[in-house]
Amino acid sequence: MSAVIPPMAMAAASRTHPWKHLRAEIVLTLAGLLAFVLFPQDLGLLTNMATVSIFALSLSLVLGQAGIATLGQAALYGTGAYVAGWTALYLTADPVVGLLLGGLGGGLIALLSGAVMLRSTNLTLVMLTIAVAQLLLELANWARWLTGGDDGLAGFEVAPLFGIWEFNFMGHTGYFYALGALVLVYFLVRNLVESPFGLTARAIRQDPGRVQALGGRVYLHLLAVYTIGGVVAGLAGALTAQTSKVANLFMLDFTTSAGVVVMIVLGGTRRLSGAVLGTVAYMTIHHIASTLNPYHWLFVIGSMLIFVLIVLPEGLVGLLDRAAAYARRLGGKEGTR
Amino acid sequence: MTPRLQTRNLCHSFGGLAVTQNVTLSLPQGARTALIGPNGAGKTTLVNLLSGAIRPKSGDIQLDGRSIVQLPQYARVRSGIVRTFQISRLFKDLTVADNVKVAVLQRLRASMQWWPSPARSARVHDEVHETLGMLGLNPFADRVVGRLALGEQRLAEIALALAMKPEVLLLDEPGAGVPQGEGGRIMSAIESLPKDLSVLLIEHDMDLVFRFASHIIVLVAGAVMVEGSPQEVAANEQVKQIYFGRDGHHAQHPH
Amino acid sequence: MSFALLSSILIDGVTYAMILFMITVGLSMTMGLMRVVNLAHGAFAMLGGFLAASIPQRLGVPIGLGFVLAIAVVALLAVIFERTLLRRFYRRDDLDQMLVTIGLMFVATAAVNLMFGSSVTSVALPEAFIGSVDLGFRSIPRHRLIVVACGLLVVVVLWLAVDRSSFGIRVRAAVDNAPIARAIGIDTTKIYAATFAIGAALAALGGIAGAEMLPMEPTYASKYLVILLAVVAVGGNGNLFGSFFAALLLGIVETSMKYMVPQLASAAFFLTMIVVLLFRPQGLFGRQA
Repeated sequence: MSAVIPPMAMAAASRTHPWKHLRAEIVLTLAGLLAFVLFPQDLGLLTNMATVSIFALSLSLVLGQAGIATLGQAALYGTGAYVAGWTALYLTADPVVGLLLGGLGGGLIALLSGAVMLRSTNLTLVMLTIAVAQLLLELANWARWLTGGDDGLAGFEVAPLFGIWEFNFMGHTGYFYALGALVLVYFLVRNLVESPFGLTARAIRQDPGRVQALGGRVYLHLLAVYTIGGVVAGLAGALTAQTSKVANLFMLDFTTSAGVVVMIVLGGTRRLSGAVLGTVAYMTIHHIASTLNPYHWLFVIGSMLIFVLIVLPEGLVGLLDRAAAYARRLGGKEGTR
Repeated sequence: MTPRLQTRNLCHSFGGLAVTQNVTLSLPQGARTALIGPNGAGKTTLVNLLSGAIRPKSGDIQLDGRSIVQLPQYARVRSGIVRTFQISRLFKDLTVADNVKVAVLQRLRASMQWWPSPARSARVHDEVHETLGMLGLNPFADRVVGRLALGEQRLAEIALALAMKPEVLLLDEPGAGVPQGEGGRIMSAIESLPKDLSVLLIEHDMDLVFRFASHIIVLVAGAVMVEGSPQEVAANEQVKQIYFGRDGHHAQHPH
Repeated sequence: MSFALLSSILIDGVTYAMILFMITVGLSMTMGLMRVVNLAHGAFAMLGGFLAASIPQRLGVPIGLGFVLAIAVVALLAVIFERTLLRRFYRRDDLDQMLVTIGLMFVATAAVNLMFGSSVTSVALPEAFIGSVDLGFRSIPRHRLIVVACGLLVVVVLWLAVDRSSFGIRVRAAVDNAPIARAIGIDTTKIYAATFAIGAALAALGGIAGAEMLPMEPTYASKYLVILLAVVAVGGNGNLFGSFFAALLLGIVETSMKYMVPQLASAAFFLTMIVVLLFRPQGLFGRQA
């Protein structure tokens, strides 16, 4: 399914209903507000959902759009978290600075590792992403003085957002900070995906050789996508660190990388909305199942993954699409009566 | 006058097997040259060498007198050398229009642009539909390629190449796999190619070859066996052996 | 470097390498043959170890027999998995294949926890394996010698099987060109199932043999996944001797670092892997793509 509306049609829609263009972002904002009203006791979880959704968006861009198979995205997420922590500890407690630096950190690691890894493809590439992430984890573990080792980085304070809104135990500021970031990042990533840059990335995913035969420079394009993905993942990590006040080794772990892959598969890899949907679904189920034995959770998530892969290859978004199409058909039938 | 594209003693081998043997050919401006030969003669390999997908073991390739053999594929494409594939390589999940759009964006060097621009969108839109129009594909513009019939797919394959506004076009069996009746549309598409475009056509379909070509090169086992005008080639004894057999019957179509 | 240190590194390193080899050779064969990445492969080793730990007690059989039964059960489970689940994914994306095996790994981990509890379980060894052997300059635990002997035996048997037997010829034909192999009457379905089962059985053997160095716990499959993949990637898919040498290389590198700079042992392991893959993406002995 093409995510791109033919340009002429898009221009027409914007002229008459400019807000239609921002449909996804509006829905996201409303959903976020609704969640705030409905679940005031669960703000911690909701905030987490928002930050991890951004993480999932980074993978949706890199894997879903450009086809870069990576099982090491946690490396960039964790980097963002640690950078945000270090910023708060040693530089400034201003959250926006920490956020931006976290994004930058993720982007830098992505650029450096991607430059080396993206010369390879497929299986070798997956292996390298796993290895690089693991290497980073080992180095972080070894540099205890810098990262706090097993205990992680903690005890950093985050200053009021824009100098006005305090981050307190109520969690309101944290939630709206994360939600606002999510909506903004979604907007930016969606624009990227719908741009020539995004279309070319999708083409590369389907047939890199063909793009090359059209004069494209596939390696450079993939490197650009991977770096941007690193920035977004870094932002997500920074947000997590700032809202939960902790950065730890688990954020660099293979399980974290695998988890976010499961989230986008669950929601639907080909669409950005799938990333958010998958994250919310996964974390909701996790929340419910967490009262159970953690191993039961593994069983649930494993079976879910197998189920989705066999029965729902397009993910939850695909299911919603089919439901919407069905509803339209029903509506159409009634209209003709 | 300098030929547009020429090769000099082009040689290539895979492992110990020589697949291109001292090929020297030239394409003048506005060429309508056909490259024919039995299966396995090395025709597609030659196209790969010309387009830059592979580097030859030895020999030279020149565009307008300039050696381009060291240039990587993307640079050759940007210099105007474009090829199509024998088995369509289209972007299956994208619409026909989007497929061509990818090519147009490459040509305009706009593939990395991430900001919205109504001016660019309009220009790209117009070029896409203009190219589709050349091949009668506008009715299929919004159809996802995976759902196209084979005939339309082969036309789309040519559309991708034409969207690049090539100077030299290497067509690798554009009629491959198209059922007998539908070959006509491919033929008329090829006949309406710009007059100043230099075209090298690989084909097995002899009707297409003789209607199209003003010059024919016969490639056998990686080497140029004979070349000349269609009449000369048709009258050549060795060529007759290959294509018409000893008892004068037409050889079975390789497919 | 003192001789004592060197001998320790060699003994431990080679033992570790043999364990890695036995566990990963099946994965390498499967990847080379079926081009499927089974990220749950470690689960076969894990199941082998856990079954070997519990079957002798629960069924009251001698430990040696218990080991054999454990390996047989794992092979059977592998065939069932391949026939019912994995086969559906042969035509699908590489990534989808990997994901379904990740799902399986999660399920296997949960199942093992359910059946055997969540703490580290040790595998009781037969009488004959316990104790040390005195080599004169130092003594080695008998168990380690047996592991090394086992690994060498496996590589020899596999080499003979792959190179000499008719089964081996059919496997190689199927690896080279599956459609043509089928066309000349080779039943690739059976070959796939058999290879997968043998690989799983070897992994189980490796898990049992290696239970001292790589202790049995429910998180075994995910904990060692990356290491197992590294050995296969460095050796090259489908290459017997590739697996062997990769296991030796990585095993000895990591063990040396463990003795000298322990905190960087794992880092050294992965760095070696990255370096090899950058210069030879197909692995040391893999075929060029």
